[in-house]
Amino acid sequence: MMRLRRSHLICCAASKEKMAAHLSYGRVNLNILREAARKELREFLDKCAGSKAIVWDEYLTGPFGLIAQYSLLKEHEVEKMFTLKNGRLPPADVKNIIFFVRPRLELMDIIADNITSEDRHHSSRDFHILFVPRRSMLCEQRLKEQGVLASFINIDEYILDLIPYDGDLLSMEYESAFRECYLENDQTSLYHTAKGLMTLQALYGTIPQIYGKGECARLVANMMLRMKREFAGSQNQILPVFDTLLLLDRNVDLLTPLATQLTYEGLIDEIYGISNGYVKLPPEKFAQKKQGEGSKDLPTEPKKLQLNSAEELYAEIRDKNFNAVGAALSKKAKIISAAFEERHNAKTVGEIKQFVSQLPHMQAARSSLANHTSIAELIKDITTSEAFFDNLTVEQEFMTGVDTDKVNTYIEDCIAQKDPLIKILRLVCMQSVCNNGLKHKVMDYYKREILQTYGYEHMLTLNNLEKAGLLKPQTGSRNNYPTIRKTLKLWMEDANEQNPNDISYVYSGYSPLSIRLTQILARPGWRSIEEVLKMLPGPHFEERQQLPSGLHKKRQQGENRTTLVFFLGGVTYAEIAALRFLSQVEDSGMEYVIATTKLINGTTWIKSLMDRPESPTQ
Amino acid sequence: MAFITASWNPLGDAFYRKTDLYEMSWSLRDGLRDSLVAAAPYGGPIALLREPQRRSPSSRPQLEIYSASGGTIASFPWKSGPVVQLGWTVSDELLCIQEDGTVLIYDLFGSFKRHFSMGQEVVQSQVMEAKVFHSPYGTGIAIVTSSSRFTLATNIDDLKLRRLPEVPGLQGKPSCWVVLTQDRQTKVLLSNGPELFILDNTSCTVVCPPGLSPQDGNIVHMSVSFSYKYLALLTDSGHLWTGLSTLQEKLSDVDTKKTMAPKQMLWCRRPKSQQPSVVLMWDRLLLVVGVCNETIQYPIEDPCVLVGEMDGVRIISSSNQELLQEVPLVCQDIFKIASMAPGALLLEAHREYEKSSQKADEYLREIKEQSMLGEAVRQCVEAAGHEYDTNTQKSLMRAASFGKCFLTDFSPDQFVTTCRELRVLNAVRDSSVGLPLTHTQFKQLTLQVLIDRLVYRQFYPLAIEVCRYLKIPDYQGVSRVLKHWASCKVQQKDLTDDAIARAVCMKVGDSPGVSYSDIAAKAYECGRAELAIKLLDFEARSGEQVPLLLKMKRSQLALSKAVESGDTDLVYTVVSYLKNEMNRGDFFMTLRNQPVALSLYRQFCKLQEQETLKDLYNQDDDHQELANYYVTASYREKRLEGRLSLLQSAVDEYNKAKNEFAVKTTEDEMRLLRFQRKLDDEKGAGLLGLSLQVTMETLLSLGLHKQAEQLYKDFRVPDKRYWWLKLKSLAEKEEWDELEKFSKSKKSPIGYLAFVEVCIKCNNKYEAKKYVSKVTPEQKVKAHLAVG
Repeated sequence: MMRLRRSHLICCAASKEKMAAHLSYGRVNLNILREAARKELREFLDKCAGSKAIVWDEYLTGPFGLIAQYSLLKEHEVEKMFTLKNGRLPPADVKNIIFFVRPRLELMDIIADNITSEDRHHSSRDFHILFVPRRSMLCEQRLKEQGVLASFINIDEYILDLIPYDGDLLSMEYESAFRECYLENDQTSLYHTAKGLMTLQALYGTIPQIYGKGECARLVANMMLRMKREFAGSQNQILPVFDTLLLLDRNVDLLTPLATQLTYEGLIDEIYGISNGYVKLPPEKFAQKKQGEGSKDLPTEPKKLQLNSAEELYAEIRDKNFNAVGAALSKKAKIISAAFEERHNAKTVGEIKQFVSQLPHMQAARSSLANHTSIAELIKDITTSEAFFDNLTVEQEFMTGVDTDKVNTYIEDCIAQKDPLIKILRLVCMQSVCNNGLKHKVMDYYKREILQTYGYEHMLTLNNLEKAGLLKPQTGSRNNYPTIRKTLKLWMEDANEQNPNDISYVYSGYSPLSIRLTQILARPGWRSIEEVLKMLPGPHFEERQQLPSGLHKKRQQGENRTTLVFFLGGVTYAEIAALRFLSQVEDSGMEYVIATTKLINGTTWIKSLMDRPESPTQ
Repeated sequence: MAFITASWNPLGDAFYRKTDLYEMSWSLRDGLRDSLVAAAPYGGPIALLREPQRRSPSSRPQLEIYSASGGTIASFPWKSGPVVQLGWTVSDELLCIQEDGTVLIYDLFGSFKRHFSMGQEVVQSQVMEAKVFHSPYGTGIAIVTSSSRFTLATNIDDLKLRRLPEVPGLQGKPSCWVVLTQDRQTKVLLSNGPELFILDNTSCTVVCPPGLSPQDGNIVHMSVSFSYKYLALLTDSGHLWTGLSTLQEKLSDVDTKKTMAPKQMLWCRRPKSQQPSVVLMWDRLLLVVGVCNETIQYPIEDPCVLVGEMDGVRIISSSNQELLQEVPLVCQDIFKIASMAPGALLLEAHREYEKSSQKADEYLREIKEQSMLGEAVRQCVEAAGHEYDTNTQKSLMRAASFGKCFLTDFSPDQFVTTCRELRVLNAVRDSSVGLPLTHTQFKQLTLQVLIDRLVYRQFYPLAIEVCRYLKIPDYQGVSRVLKHWASCKVQQKDLTDDAIARAVCMKVGDSPGVSYSDIAAKAYECGRAELAIKLLDFEARSGEQVPLLLKMKRSQLALSKAVESGDTDLVYTVVSYLKNEMNRGDFFMTLRNQPVALSLYRQFCKLQEQETLKDLYNQDDDHQELANYYVTASYREKRLEGRLSLLQSAVDEYNKAKNEFAVKTTEDEMRLLRFQRKLDDEKGAGLLGLSLQVTMETLLSLGLHKQAEQLYKDFRVPDKRYWWLKLKSLAEKEEWDELEKFSKSKKSPIGYLAFVEVCIKCNNKYEAKKYVSKVTPEQKVKAHLAVG
């Protein structure tokens, strides 16, 4: 028993190491950021001496998982964890109760309810609040009104703006950012973005050049420049790691997220949804094939897998077009079985020893291969279906500008078949974007069809889509999408899916507009596309931040420059794949690190813009 | 140099010396006679109240505050009641304890700060005697009243009065008493005739110091050391008993042969004292009594006041000030006549070197032979720290520097630090500043506190010099000084707001860590709101400006600053403040000018106050949003009538917003709802709230074809969708004849492949085949494939 426990501990330690490993492989060591975040968490936990229970705002558990596993909490005497909900707190024999919450009024009311239902005679527990990512006077005011503010020993904030997601990827996991910015004119997420970028600069040096396109980008840049003035005097003496920051508004490129992603990772996200780095898959394909057990019942729990670059095979295939994944998998299978065959060649003791020492790695590779083969099979079932093909055909027609000004029969049929509403909305919005707005007649027809089929309550959602510019009536001006498409080469007829030579491979022909802008900024520069930039919404700008003398980089011959691309309002996996592709292109001279408010796909994005009035009877 | 020892007096195996600190720069008409005097330790200020007992209102006594060197800081007539005792707090505030138990607190410049009382009962019984004492908890006060009761306050900043128990047999005031702090408890030790009592929170205990017999007489004076560790008791027969203040152990017992009670009695010791002593003062004599039974006598010409320090006793007279202390061991070693200590030899070597004499080499050789050069340097540096005379300091440091040249790998840290600290100490000892700190006291006080004290005394330039010279990080050093300076500057009444704002901005500039909002807050406190606003303009962090602006009721400005900061929480805070402060109309108007704040407030209302949301849209004539609001509201309504009337309101608003499409669809929805209600009533179909499509679907599945048809026509459902619907519905219900009839009703708008496929889906190949022939030629292959 004892031995088992110890080995378990070693396992934990090893997996912890591994967990962080995927963050440090890239050009910029994002582990520094994660470590800073972990340190702060430990410091807070130690502030509350004694045993603790954490009451979680459920939304936060996912993002926190990227920073710290339960083991870290346990090391700091966290014994219980609960989900925040109304009523009395579950019993726990601990000294401290800590609420981990976002600063939201509705959550304050729940906390107040928790505290007032606490048995005062019986308990002598200490209460604490940790606001993530920032304290809020408004919330504290609310707690005060509810008469519970004085019950808290510690009220603190845990500044978690940018969460390291992978070796080249930071996300704020701020789901409602796009909605808040474009529907509600609420710039909270932008403030957090600016703060997060300040933290990043404190750790990785001042970023000397800032480019941006879009209203929100402009606001973030303004806030950053002001915050820099506010910290004047405390000069940052770190050699800058990033050469450039590019801030891009999601509404500069509304088209890309609407299209179905065709990379491996993109498709996993489209079909099963990746949340905080994990995906849940139907279990049937992952049934354990253990000897002796025979055919037991199939597992019913979904299979949960973590997806990041720590897994060698996944790092290799995640960004490939799905059509190239099969070949990659079978190549990998050959390599692995060849490696296992090696054992027959191992003759001497030394050779056998060498072989055995590689076994764990090989076995991990084999199970990883098995997993991804299963996932690829699952996906293939869908991508080879007629429905998928038809849908893709229509998308590509729209993107190439075919018949975007008429009511599309496929969409009509889908509505008649009562296909999922979000699918319809994605297509209609896409048509609208690709036509720079729909004719009144066409738009009203679609809207009526949607309301009659899916219900009048979607009136509000349609209204939101219009406000966000995803759905708009054509105004007098000419349809400028063809010009944009041609100038930026958004459609490449001969996209090579197997051995790509252009970013268009991620959508099998369509090159994401946002990434084209990024690519052109690096070379030859935005001046070459002034005309098109003017057609896209929001201002474009350039700012320089003074570096303290002595911190100017002396670039080695052939050393790449590093750009941080920040997508305000979300980014898709396919766009990330395209940027990674650009980083790898040999003569590009540029490496990209990606940051975003949230990883999105068309479905999650549209969903975040929907409004469903609650009816009292349901 | 040889005369350094001239002022030394031997006491046991140690020496005592008196060092001149200052010629006092005050001119006291009557000397220190008939005055209440309080001088704070660590070279603190001196307060003087002449003739405190004079009660005639026509001639009020004068309260004067001086620096330790006698420089006037403040002087004002005392207008309150008779004062029993003066004292200083650890933060240089003056405490004036009145007969009626009221304690008035003044700052260093004589401005009144606050007052408190030592208890109601004191007002009746009057304070007989009071003592101010310092402990780790802060500054405390102890009083004894004419009814022989003691009251204690351990920390005047956190006032908790403790009335101590009665002392049995005590009439009037005790013959003498002191306050002791032991084991985190504050107690009073008092004598009543030959008896000695310890008085704590709960009890009064008789105690007997070991080795003190009642035959030695009544105890008339007692003194506790600076650290509360040692106690001295003097009897009326002239016996001086010294021992631990725990009364566990006796140190010595000396017969002073003086039967007259001294005016003051104080311990004189230093850390690691070899020969601690007690100093007794009479009108004409100062007697230093060592625990070794030996004494030193100094004559006194003027009335003096003794101030106990941690490493000696300061003697203040009307004309000058001296420091009496045991000569530190290292100084003894170096300066003692014929000393052979390494430091002494090094000093000699350097002296010879300066005379260009080869003897220097001999001395050096001697030290080096004993490998004591490092020790010699260390001794010289340490001794320099203890010397007050700058020339002596210099010669010691030069000797040390000379010795250092012959050492390799010798850390210069101590040398450098001492040099710097001495320069600072010499600067603050200057008579114009008047902080006669010894090096030992300075170390105890810490540099931070010294800077604070300079700042408090408004020696800003000197404080900044010190910070810069000692290279203290700006944040803790210069910035802090500037902040205090600016806070003081804004109180200058003779300058205009503009002049002050300009001066502050010029000096403070962008110094890190200086918050303009703090300075502005100070200005506002002094009633200068305009100046505060001017200063706030310099604040870079807009977030910091907001709370003060709110406090100053500049809410509009606060709102725009909050918006500027981008911090939405701050905006919310100001908005919720405004909401409570203003009437609704003004509030809405204010928001209207701040679109960012307005949209945030809308968000807030959406979640918290739906009704207000409506008012907001109304005010802005935002008909579209108002209509959406009604639509949302309609879904919360349970009764159909309510729902319809809300939808009607939505229609009205959509009309105003000229949104024809919305008007039409909303009217359709109302029509649909009525239709559903009617059918629900008639047939119990359970339709209410379903979409049009689902309603038709349900009707078809219930066999209510006519009603479905009616909806199809009334709502102008496209043929295609209706055909799909009917096709699927009929196939699902396996009404194949109906389906065939339907297919022939007119030319199918969805073609006939759909018929084939739907039939196949319902596993009816036979029916499917019926439609294959009707499929268009280009789809025929597909149809045949489907049928198989």
